[in-house]
Amino acid sequence: MSFLNNVITGISLGSIYAIIALGYTMVYGIAKMLNFAHGDVIMVGAYVCFFATGSFGLHPVAGVLLAMVVCTILGTVIEGLAYKPLRQAPSLAVLITAIGVSWFLQNSAQLLWGAAPKVFTPVVSGGLSIFGGQLNISYVTILTVVSCLVIMVLLSAFIGKGKMGKAMRACSEDKGAAQLMGINVNSTISMTFAIGSALAAIAGVLMCSAYPTLMPTTGSLPGIKAFTAAVFGGIGSVPGAFVGGLLLGIIEIFAKAYISTDLSDAIVFLALIIVLLVKPSGLLGKYVPEKV
Amino acid sequence: MALLQVNDIHVYYGSIHAVKGVSFEVNQGEVVTLIGANGAGKSTVLNTISGLLHPRTGSVVFEDKDLKGVQPHKVVEHGLAQVPEGRRIFLQMSVEENLEMGAFTQPGSTVEPGIADVYERFPRLKERRKQIAGTLSGGEQQMLAMGRALMSKPKLLMLDEPSMGLAPILVEQIFDIIKELHAAGTTILLVEQNAQAALAVADRAYVMETGKITLSGTGAELMASDEVQKAYLGG
Repeated sequence: MSFLNNVITGISLGSIYAIIALGYTMVYGIAKMLNFAHGDVIMVGAYVCFFATGSFGLHPVAGVLLAMVVCTILGTVIEGLAYKPLRQAPSLAVLITAIGVSWFLQNSAQLLWGAAPKVFTPVVSGGLSIFGGQLNISYVTILTVVSCLVIMVLLSAFIGKGKMGKAMRACSEDKGAAQLMGINVNSTISMTFAIGSALAAIAGVLMCSAYPTLMPTTGSLPGIKAFTAAVFGGIGSVPGAFVGGLLLGIIEIFAKAYISTDLSDAIVFLALIIVLLVKPSGLLGKYVPEKV
Repeated sequence: MALLQVNDIHVYYGSIHAVKGVSFEVNQGEVVTLIGANGAGKSTVLNTISGLLHPRTGSVVFEDKDLKGVQPHKVVEHGLAQVPEGRRIFLQMSVEENLEMGAFTQPGSTVEPGIADVYERFPRLKERRKQIAGTLSGGEQQMLAMGRALMSKPKLLMLDEPSMGLAPILVEQIFDIIKELHAAGTTILLVEQNAQAALAVADRAYVMETGKITLSGTGAELMASDEVQKAYLGG
């Protein structure tokens, strides 16, 4: 039964990684940059929800929605102010800027809300107890997994069938050709950041509901792990982020349960290294040959 | 009044002076070709018209509107479509999705009929509508690139080296399509290295050499000219 418990915890943690990884992978796919500030947007989302529900007594649903709105704006502003001027710059400059934005967000959060950890109140409480109490599944876990599935289905439909989703794919393949079609590449990139940041807010709330310690560095490690998940699944691929996130969560929980809590992160990254050695483009990453 | 007027444009890549004062015009219903060797600046001219590059001096006027400062994605809305060099179709998207992207600026209701028109002109694309564009042959990719550009219902269709890298039989097919489009009233600006084929379909032609236009005339005149014969037609 503890095995089943571990599987469920792993899937739940993996779902959070997957939602965060979507932000990384979509932004990478279209802007060809690693937005290392993405993890910190999660933290901002969690704080917004924390204060909205805690200090202002808003309903948790309203708190989540507010967090999404704030993060969407934040993501778009970050893109416009920090990354857009660097569109033609070498990728190293963009990468360093992203790290700078990450530090900026962490330090701003510390200044605004203090360094002391806050105890996050889960957006839903209680849970299911089955098999006479041997298997306990919290509602947060169920909400997390369901959210992840719903997000995946909606996002896949949007990218696969929606006009703007197709425009995103066109931009990710060839920005020059996309412009010749009349697609506004800059606004498409902004939209991608907006979607990724809204998802980050959801991930932040779900993560802090499951692991309720909230402080300015809360988003940092999950951000890095989700980035790993995105690379694991094949960066740029939406299903890849989903698969990578889930696998990473399960590997991490299993490593904690059966090998060593201290070594669990090392094992996660070891798994990444092995995948990259065997399949450098990631599990679902595509190699597309070019026809001349 | 010409549909497109290019007035003495100078275009630079950094400090490289790629286009040195080029002027020409395209009238309604014409096929005009810009021929010249590799590196003469032909594609640079097209990309300047499309707004991807900006002239340091000179102007591009389309239907009496100066396109100065108009962003490339807005240029399409003015009725200019470009089939870029190397086709640049979206290789990971399906044939039909590529066509939909071509109609990005068009109202949703016109997309379906537009696709039907393209399929009528290029039946091969209809057969392969669900196929990923990267799996098409070179000739089919060129047809897709042209079909995609036609989806925006352009007043001027610009083709950059449509015959590049294609087998002779396919080159012939592509030029037949250009003739058909011309007959149907489409205005075309054609950039080509294949001078023979380009001059054969063109009403008027300009020869470019190292950033300048050195000769101009009707297609037939240039085909007969000694200079063109020597330099481009191997005569």
